[in-house]
Amino acid sequence: MLRFAATLLACLTLSLPASSQQADAPIQQLLQSQSDLIVESSRRTIGPAIDALANSGLPAAQVVLDKWQLREMWVNTETGLFVYAEEVDRDTLRIFDFADGSLIGEVPDDGFEQLKPNSGIRGLIGTALVQFQLSDPDPATRQRALDAIERGAEESHLAALRASLPKETDPQILARKQRLERLLTIAYGATDAERIEAIQSFDGDLGVDVRAALNPLLAVRVEAAEALPADADIGRVLEPGSAALSRDDAYALLVAANLAKPRISVEDQRNALIANIADGQVAGIQVATLDSQEARDMAYAALAEQGTVTAVATEAEVDQRLANHVFFERYVGAPPEVVFAAQAALNAIENKVAINQMFDLSLDALSLASIYFLAAIGLAITFGVMGVINMAHGEFIMMGAYTGYVVQLFIPDYTLSILVAIPLAFAVTFGAGVAMERLVIRWLYHRPLETLLATFGISIALQQIAKNIFGTQARPLTAPGWLDGSLVINDIVSISYIRIAIFVLALLFLALFLFVMNRTRLGLEVRAVTQNPRMAASMGINPDKINMLTFGFGSGIAGIAGVAIGLYAKVTSEMGSDYIVQSFMTVVVGGVGNIWGTLLGATMVGFLQKGIEWFNPSNTLAAQTYMILFIILFIQFRPKGIIALKGRAAEA
Amino acid sequence: MTDAALPRRQPFALRFPSVMIFLAILALFTVGVTILSEGFGIGVISTSFIKTLGKTLCLCLVALAMDLVWGYCGILSLGHMAFFGLGGYAIGMWLMYARTEIIVLESLAAAELPPTPEEVSNGIATQIFGVVGSSEFPPIWAFAHSLPLQLAAVVIVPGLLALVFGWLAFRSRVTGVYLSILTQAMTLALSLHLFQNDSGLRGNNGLSGLQNLPGLDDVPQATVSLWFFWASALALGLGYVLCAWIVSGKFGSVIRAIRDDEARVRFLGYPVEAFKLVIFTLTAVIAGIAGALYYPQAGIINPAEIAPIASIYLAVWVAIGGRGRLYGAVIGAAFVSLVSTWFTGGQAPDINLGVYTISWVDWWTVLLGLSFVAVTLYAPKGIGGLIDLITERKSPNRHGASLGPDQGSLREQEAEK
Amino acid sequence: MSTLLEVSGVSVSFDGFKAINNLSFQIAERELRAVIGPNGAGKTTFMDIITGKTKPDEGRVIYGDKSVSLLKMSESKIAQAGVGRKFQRPTVFEDQSVFDNLMMALKKTRGPLAVLFFKPSAEDNDKVADLAEQIGLSGALHRKSGELSHGQKQWLEIGMLLAQEPRLLLVDEPAAGMTPAEREHTTDILREAAKTRAVVVVEHDMEFVRRLNCKVTVLHEGSVLAEGSLDHVTKNEQVIEVYLGR
Repeated sequence: MLRFAATLLACLTLSLPASSQQADAPIQQLLQSQSDLIVESSRRTIGPAIDALANSGLPAAQVVLDKWQLREMWVNTETGLFVYAEEVDRDTLRIFDFADGSLIGEVPDDGFEQLKPNSGIRGLIGTALVQFQLSDPDPATRQRALDAIERGAEESHLAALRASLPKETDPQILARKQRLERLLTIAYGATDAERIEAIQSFDGDLGVDVRAALNPLLAVRVEAAEALPADADIGRVLEPGSAALSRDDAYALLVAANLAKPRISVEDQRNALIANIADGQVAGIQVATLDSQEARDMAYAALAEQGTVTAVATEAEVDQRLANHVFFERYVGAPPEVVFAAQAALNAIENKVAINQMFDLSLDALSLASIYFLAAIGLAITFGVMGVINMAHGEFIMMGAYTGYVVQLFIPDYTLSILVAIPLAFAVTFGAGVAMERLVIRWLYHRPLETLLATFGISIALQQIAKNIFGTQARPLTAPGWLDGSLVINDIVSISYIRIAIFVLALLFLALFLFVMNRTRLGLEVRAVTQNPRMAASMGINPDKINMLTFGFGSGIAGIAGVAIGLYAKVTSEMGSDYIVQSFMTVVVGGVGNIWGTLLGATMVGFLQKGIEWFNPSNTLAAQTYMILFIILFIQFRPKGIIALKGRAAEA
Repeated sequence: MTDAALPRRQPFALRFPSVMIFLAILALFTVGVTILSEGFGIGVISTSFIKTLGKTLCLCLVALAMDLVWGYCGILSLGHMAFFGLGGYAIGMWLMYARTEIIVLESLAAAELPPTPEEVSNGIATQIFGVVGSSEFPPIWAFAHSLPLQLAAVVIVPGLLALVFGWLAFRSRVTGVYLSILTQAMTLALSLHLFQNDSGLRGNNGLSGLQNLPGLDDVPQATVSLWFFWASALALGLGYVLCAWIVSGKFGSVIRAIRDDEARVRFLGYPVEAFKLVIFTLTAVIAGIAGALYYPQAGIINPAEIAPIASIYLAVWVAIGGRGRLYGAVIGAAFVSLVSTWFTGGQAPDINLGVYTISWVDWWTVLLGLSFVAVTLYAPKGIGGLIDLITERKSPNRHGASLGPDQGSLREQEAEK
Repeated sequence: MSTLLEVSGVSVSFDGFKAINNLSFQIAERELRAVIGPNGAGKTTFMDIITGKTKPDEGRVIYGDKSVSLLKMSESKIAQAGVGRKFQRPTVFEDQSVFDNLMMALKKTRGPLAVLFFKPSAEDNDKVADLAEQIGLSGALHRKSGELSHGQKQWLEIGMLLAQEPRLLLVDEPAAGMTPAEREHTTDILREAAKTRAVVVVEHDMEFVRRLNCKVTVLHEGSVLAEGSLDHVTKNEQVIEVYLGR
């Protein structure tokens, strides 16, 4: 009751200014002239109305199209005047005049009907709007319009785009418009010459959009004929039974073109035979004998002779038909001249793309190599320098990664936490390495196979302990924000910052290793102890201590590598075992006892794996398999690795 | 010097009493288990435990092969479980094919028309390869229909792989840990290959339903399990005698010499590579046979079984049992795998420490890993060393020096007598 | 006497260091020869080349009546052709009995299958017993060779060499670590052996060489410095210089 009274009151007060709408404004008159079409709102007939608005030159036309598209245009059922409106609540509208955008007032929606253009019409309106937006004073709107064109270009856009070109002031948008104009010319240009010129202007352009514009031009349709037509738009001739055209497809083509009798599928033949079983016989043949395809073919042929089923082509007929016809591709995307220009441009682009892909692949391979190098450098110390084979090396990597994870639990700032995690991971794995050397490895020097097995025991114990503590699911180790994203060089070549960071880290480690081994007292003593422990001992070096420190150093580096790898891959208790074989391969392939060898080994393994993946991108498992096989073969020919020591030093 | 000081030619069994003792224990064990079984005896031992025991015998057999190649010849192969798995795959292909064929034939028999060979073959292929989205037989299944051919494959496939790999590796004089890493890489490559769906062996689904013998659906598993148990025991017995025969003669002398000092053997004029190749291939074949007996009892095989870690465990068993002595390998494999089953099966009582409860399902691997370190460090003879204590054999104390310069050589503490 | 082994113009270098430099050497069918030289003269590398362990960069090594080149043969093939080598440190198979060691060395077909199905005949057993007697180890036939004393191991190794029945015997410092009595015995064994084959002894100990009483070759920096009787070479100025320094 009360509500009704309030509404009534509102109507009385608000409906008053409605009369102030300018019914004779040019835009309203234009709308009135097209009123029937607009209200009818049919995709088929709306065209002239939209064109009339778009071509009217009235500034308000854009507002009309805009609001119409947004379903905010309403028509007064009484006067037939158009307005645009906001819904204040379910029953009330706030209406505006198209002529000057002025508020008319708030009215009940009873007297108005909303225009609800369907998606087809909205598309047409959108297209029409583009020409306004292309010249909109706001650069953001112009950019949006260009986005819209890129998403779904239409023929009409071309003219609009060309019209807007002379008025463009922003050089960046101008460049974009010009590029888009050429792309549209390729697709919708009026003359072949114009299109070819546009195509040639993109020579060697790597943009995905260019290839997207060129590819449809090369569309073909496979056709069959008794003799090859001499038309200009004939592409390749296809051989039935080849990879491009299977025998079945070729025959299906003939059948579809009514050039040959249909064949019957095994399934249909079977059903046809079953349908004609009578007294345990099909066309006089015992059912029990129909246990081979030949017998069934004969039975079917017998049925066909009786006229019970339609005759089908036999294999011989199929062969004969196929032999009598020639199969070829016909270009349907564009006139032949354009096709050839597009083909030439595309070939040039493909070549350039291939080179760039190679470059991109090299970057990928380089970053993979950095990861292998990081994983292997600790081993290069423990295995390469000391000759201790540490199967728990992978678990040290894992420990480093988990250290990073735990640090991030306490320090939420990712940059700071990584800075803390790196030395902490080194400390943790250094400690673990020293403990392991003291407790186990030192008793097994010169017994590498026993060391292998004992450290393997430690490896499975550590793995299981990690599983017991952290569970089996992967834990995140998040990179700082400034490492997100990639360095994009062009549409094909890009590399993520995190990979660059890992690459830099690998270089740092290499430098650190070289510095420690060649420039410090520790390095000198390490080299002395590994070459001749007794001599070193007699010169006042404590080999026990040096071995302990060296092993700790190698393990500590594994810990830092763990943090780096954790940023890039998942942190799980099994992450170490994913790297261990590859790491050993890296060291062995490179040549034991030489850091440059390890570097070369990592590079080779990384490039090899990426190279193999390139041939078969979907299957990284196969890539790994082939890589390992290759390494096994490689070791056959260079058993001592790429950089081999010779003579007495090699036997020490 | 009289001939009395030289060993007289005695019958093989008398010269090696340990072989006789082993065979007697194995026979007693087999008879005992049969009497206690559900299938033929009083039913004290469950069928699933019979299977566990049968599988354990197969593991003992592959451990024997490992001991021959590592303990006697010094080649720490981390690939013998791969050969074991290949044997399993070879027999598994026939089991799966033949059983699926029966099922498909049964279902097609109800159809109005008798099935054509193509329909049968397509039906089987769809059944087997449906899980990997294929309905065609890969070329490697060409012989799957034939039991004799697949049985031959049990021997030929691992043997051939070992022959080719061994020829390449030994020819280029890869030894010691390098060889271990190389065999591990081979194993990894094989398991990664099998993990792929297009490997033709159902990717990581592996082969399953192998416990059902084609055409013998009426025979209860209690009986089938005993058949396999007997077959495993027989294979182990024969394998043991074969290995004992090999290592007892001059061939054994030569391979032990290769283990301890390969270069010296070469200067004696022995083609070391050929000997290694023979041992490597022979043990791969034994491993393949063991696998072919194991997987029908396990019922399922998948690529994870071939992963390098399985082969490392095999080395662990042999080391815990005591390498360089055949019974050591058998004891090690039986002991560790049975204890492992006990712990991981959740039968071991958990230890409550108040703040933390040690659940053996979680902590058994840790214990195994650490005890393995302990064995390597403190008891290189492994469990076999206990036997030396009983028989009061003593070795001269040379402070633990190796018996030869090579990486595979025995340490003083490991040697018998 | 015809030449059994002819080494000519052989050179080998490790990482730029020339261990053997244009070395030439000859030995006849039944000859005892001592090779002496200071440390690093290339004595061991010289033996490595003959036995196939090291492949030289250039030069020829011709062996036997049929003048075959040893350079293309593997170590085991060379050993089978009749070149036996005794190492500096005694290397016997310590885990195995003296009997097994000798039986392994006995001249027989070396292929894996032949070895697998090998059964020692009474004759083989006798041969082993004879050898054991020659090297004074009759009483220790069934002991593990690891338990033997250092000198006994040296003899066992010499026994193994003799069991191989080589035509050319290369012996590296046989007297190292032996008592004077053992040295005497060793000298006897070597001189006895040289009656039926060629023997090359590499030795440091001049006394021992003197007792061998044979032609001496002096190596220095990878090539032959002097050759002749011990008295002859010890008078050589260069040899004195090399051995004693300036």
